[in-house]
Amino acid sequence: MNPIEQIKARLEANLPEATINLVPNPSPAGQPSLAVDNVHAVAIATFLRDELQFDYCSNVTGVDWLDRVVSSKEKITKVVDGKEVVVEETKEQKFSGYLEAVYHLYSVAQKQGPVIIRTRTVDRAENAILPSLTPVFRSAELQEREIFDLYGVRFAGHPDMRRILMWDGFTDHPMRKDYEEPDDYEYEPTPHGDVLEKAKRHYVEEQS
Amino acid sequence: MENRPQIDEKLKNEVSKQGIVVTSLQEIYNWGRRNSIWPMQFGLACCAIEMIAAAASRYDMARFGSEVFRSSPRQADLMIVAGTVTKKMAPLVVRLYNQMADPKYVIAMGACAISGGPFKDGYNVLKGIDRYIPVDVYISGCPPRPEALLHALIELQHKIDGQQLTGRSRAEFLDPEQPSEFPIPALGKHDLEPPANTALFRPPSIKRD
Repeated sequence: MNPIEQIKARLEANLPEATINLVPNPSPAGQPSLAVDNVHAVAIATFLRDELQFDYCSNVTGVDWLDRVVSSKEKITKVVDGKEVVVEETKEQKFSGYLEAVYHLYSVAQKQGPVIIRTRTVDRAENAILPSLTPVFRSAELQEREIFDLYGVRFAGHPDMRRILMWDGFTDHPMRKDYEEPDDYEYEPTPHGDVLEKAKRHYVEEQS
Repeated sequence: MENRPQIDEKLKNEVSKQGIVVTSLQEIYNWGRRNSIWPMQFGLACCAIEMIAAAASRYDMARFGSEVFRSSPRQADLMIVAGTVTKKMAPLVVRLYNQMADPKYVIAMGACAISGGPFKDGYNVLKGIDRYIPVDVYISGCPPRPEALLHALIELQHKIDGQQLTGRSRAEFLDPEQPSEFPIPALGKHDLEPPANTALFRPPSIKRD
């Protein structure tokens, strides 16, 4: 049993009503994380801090997951004209988008970490609310403000929920994947890739 | 210069060998101005570190008369836009420029101040300070070395030397028709409003297929 599973087991033993899912990470980093439910996130963070001595929240970041359709192919045997034929069928599965806040916790006392916990919003619009872990880890304060600024996640229980990088009158959230930046484009001598597409759009608009 | 009698350069050199200095009011006025350009003391990013290095003892900007960095725009002649101008910062930079007294000059130091530099495709960086205020000297580099800043200062001195005090082609700051203040952009919902001062900023437009 590796440490994250031990931690998950201890959390579940002490907070039986909380839902904690292990999110595997197939990348070379191989750092699995714990997706925790929003109602018990503060209790889980407090337990991690006080009982398991994860006393240091080094990093808080946001992730934007758009609505996506995953298509998978399945081989199904069908009876066509009295014969069994193997047919490939594509199945489409729809996932609605959501926003995530990811916390990296370390234990200075035990020289251990990181334990990664994630909280997920219901959707990407009006219900983009997450519980703030600033009352548990003070170091999350500015980074949660940054997530609010760039991703538009509102943190309930945060002492000072304001924009931090962009100005207060700004209404967009630039780190969202569907963010459209303003067309303040100008002369670019050698555009290529995305910039070339942007340049083409700009010059079409300028001519019309 | 239309009606101003020109001093013959050869004659001037000849008499200077005999210990007689001949000059014109314009020449001595510009000589005085160009040798004591007081920059404003403000930096925006890493270019400011190079600006500090240029002002410190090793590169010694004092050799060119610009060691007096003033903390107030009212006392400064030169604004060195040293670093990335974010959109949030841009109105403040324009306001500082407006608060400077004429004659005033601007050096855009480094890739960011010229065009947004490596952040040009981002959402939060102004794509060149010349969108809102007139720039006299551009220096390339990321960041430019202190020598480049000194070179820019020397170029500015050449520009000041060439400025005329009277006549139709007199310097802009002596022409009451020319603006000395520029509108400050507002922080809008999606971008700065307006995104550029169109009276000042005319980027080259290129035709594409």
